[in-house]
Amino acid sequence: MSRHSLCGSFCFELLATLLRGFCTVKNFKFTRQHLLFSLMLVAVLLLPFVTDALLGRGWVRIVDFAMLYIMLALGLNIVVGYAGLLDLGYIAFFAVGAYCYALTGSPHLALAFPMLFPDGLHLSFWLVVPLAALLAGGFGVLLGAPTLRLRGDYLAIVTLGFGEIIRIFMNNLNAPVNLTNGPQGISRIDPISVAGVSLNATQDVFGITLPSVHLYFYLFLGFAALVVFVSHRLEKSRIGRAWMAIREDEIAAASMGINTRNLKLLAFAMGAMFGGVSGTLFAGFQGFVSPESFSLMESIMVLCMVVLGGMGNIYGVILGGLLLALLPEILRHSVVPLQQALFGKTLIDPESLRMLLFGTALIVVMLYRPAGLWPSRVRRRELESDETTV
Amino acid sequence: MSRANTPLLEVRELKVAYGGIHAVNGITIDIAPGELVALIGSNGAGKTTTLKTLAGLLVPGSGQIRFDGQNLHKVAAHQRVSMGIALVPEGRGVFARLSVAENLLMGAYSRSDQDEIATDLARMYALFPRLVERKDQLAGTLSGGEQQMLAMARALMSRPRLLMLDEPSMGLAPLMVKKIFETIREVAAQGMSILLVEQNARLALQVAGRGYVMEGGAITLSGAASELLGSDAVRCAYLGG
Repeated sequence: MSRHSLCGSFCFELLATLLRGFCTVKNFKFTRQHLLFSLMLVAVLLLPFVTDALLGRGWVRIVDFAMLYIMLALGLNIVVGYAGLLDLGYIAFFAVGAYCYALTGSPHLALAFPMLFPDGLHLSFWLVVPLAALLAGGFGVLLGAPTLRLRGDYLAIVTLGFGEIIRIFMNNLNAPVNLTNGPQGISRIDPISVAGVSLNATQDVFGITLPSVHLYFYLFLGFAALVVFVSHRLEKSRIGRAWMAIREDEIAAASMGINTRNLKLLAFAMGAMFGGVSGTLFAGFQGFVSPESFSLMESIMVLCMVVLGGMGNIYGVILGGLLLALLPEILRHSVVPLQQALFGKTLIDPESLRMLLFGTALIVVMLYRPAGLWPSRVRRRELESDETTV
Repeated sequence: MSRANTPLLEVRELKVAYGGIHAVNGITIDIAPGELVALIGSNGAGKTTTLKTLAGLLVPGSGQIRFDGQNLHKVAAHQRVSMGIALVPEGRGVFARLSVAENLLMGAYSRSDQDEIATDLARMYALFPRLVERKDQLAGTLSGGEQQMLAMARALMSRPRLLMLDEPSMGLAPLMVKKIFETIREVAAQGMSILLVEQNARLALQVAGRGYVMEGGAITLSGAASELLGSDAVRCAYLGG
């Protein structure tokens, strides 16, 4: 192991020295961290091409969805990881964002209000994003306000109910006015376009041919980077510290002069805004939304990403999101061929195997890495000191 | 100057109820600037409820609380901290998953004067040298006594004018209790007004200037601490004969 890492670090130093040589910017020191960051950036930028070449275009689409899940997980991380408010209905904000763009960016409103919008309302995606963020944030406050005095299990139950209420509303708001088109969902949502260029068609950028899924990948990457940046700043800010104090002890936090009511509402609103923005991206990418995308299972999935990856740690949450978004797909693509090769027919449906393996994975992780795969520094310290005191 | 004689804290006919149960039933308390006042009484007498209400964490049913002449009726808990009321909650309430240093900085949450905060931080480390060694340790890993020190230091970081301590001796080893009470005396000697709630009546009355005895939500006895220590009623009920 030591030889391996020695060799690795040697290559690392070599690369860093080479890059330092190229760096002529004044007062700019090219450190190992910078190198690591640039390497990662290049890897992420090349990801759709590599995936396309190795696994096929369908997988780029899966990676796109993984990016959406990462954004959702980071949003929920604010509520659960920072402020310690257990939210089991988080997907509702994703739904609010998705329906927000579905209604304002498709011909659907023509059905509901033929006089008002004969062709439906086709607002620009970039106009809808802030609107959806605000609306979802509003819903966040709506959920937060009545639950201010609840904690733990009780809060979980109410948020779970809230998530279901939103989904059932989407399912049933097709009468008396057909607002959401019920279980059929809303289709023909306008694709997202950036600077007048539609992302739904193959485009040539600087001589490089980019298929639609690649274009969406870069769009999602940009939004995910923004979410990471905001999360990071929040974590280090006065607000972030206040959230953590509330998470640890609400009475003590109030005695420190923290306005616990407003800060809890803010946590709900911020988390919901991230969820809402991801929702608009989802709607634009899919071109179709229906209530079944926003089931309780999805909320639990996002919560699992946060917990499994490492609550409160941005990188852990990203890892959790990536793993849990990709694993089911990997299973789906490997279980059937494997069974065909072994038994000549499919004995177990991959869908049912998925939940079995997923549950096992969760139990194993919680047993051996109770703070998550990549825990925050504080959680790790806590567990270490637990070991030393026991 | 005219303020010198007026009390820092005036509580008049304060009533607090949880649902239909009256936990505090019309109490009247005064604390002068720089005074150390003990509020003693048995379990369930309403002492903690009183402190929580003064801190703004509970809403009183009726009665009046004045701090520095100002009515606190409509003042929220977080605003009371910046007015100068600090509470060390029962059971200490340290932020277990934050480090000692982070806990102390949380105490200064209501302040924005960075330089002064740094000065106060150094002062707290001088007052509680034990915390310096534990600076980067998570607060949850400290011993009970160290947590109590941290909770007190954290409350002092808000630069209060009135420090309210809720059962600082609870669950601590006798040696630690002694240490904590020495610190309370020290802080009081620097001119801080302190309201000390304790079940350990003897200890509390030994450091306090004045005391109130609370029973069933009402003040049954009050006076100079030395008098209360000598009074037969207090002796029988709280000091074990």
